Amino acid sequence: MLKVLFFASVKEELDCSALEIPWDQSIDSLDRLQARLIRDGGPSWRVALERKNMIRAVNHDMVTDNSPLKDGDEVAFFPPVTGG
Amino acid sequence: MNNLNVSVQTEDFDAACLQRELLSASNKEGAVVTFTGYVRSENAGQCISGLLLEHYSGMTERSILHILNQAAERWPIAAASVVHRVGLLGVGDQIVWVGVSSAHREAAFSACEFVMDYLKNEAPFWKKESTAKGDRWVEARATDEERARRWTGQTGN
Repeated sequence: MLKVLFFASVKEELDCSALEIPWDQSIDSLDRLQARLIRDGGPSWRVALERKNMIRAVNHDMVTDNSPLKDGDEVAFFPPVTGG
Repeated sequence: MNNLNVSVQTEDFDAACLQRELLSASNKEGAVVTFTGYVRSENAGQCISGLLLEHYSGMTERSILHILNQAAERWPIAAASVVHRVGLLGVGDQIVWVGVSSAHREAAFSACEFVMDYLKNEAPFWKKESTAKGDRWVEARATDEERARRWTGQTGN
């Protein structure tokens, strides 16, 4: 299973804060997971997830490129951070 | 390094108390530099009536601790702490506190600024402002990214 989290404006646009997706080989990378989310979610998910400056994290680490995924990973999608 | 502390909390904090906690019983620290960030009453030309701070629990603490560890590797610091609030905040409220102690001031000044610059770019917090025209997510500023970038390739002292 993959745990997928969304934060801030991304969460609001999707009206979704978290999803659990049963593991299978077809979502063994970040790009493939994103394609699955868009396929299942439709055009509004495409707009939200393909936004400019989207940040993706795997197991609490920000990743800049596509990244392999394995069963049990936690993935997050969020906009640029604005703390401090 | 053991003397690195991170707290993400809804409660307010007492900066004077946090500063005292940075000092050890050995009295070897000759310098403490601290930074406190507050909620401003205006941003991008609009009056702000409050702020909602969202964070990614777990990743936030981990990323700040990673930043403190990087600072401890670059400068001879004795201790460093970050306290960052989340939830609903009012204008004038304290948001964040960074404190660094060291034997001499140079390391404390540099490490404190380094920690804030990196926190602004790497710690997963998001601010949503309340204005007369409604609520809006704060946009990340390119200048914050530039400030963090200037530390790369530069050696500590």
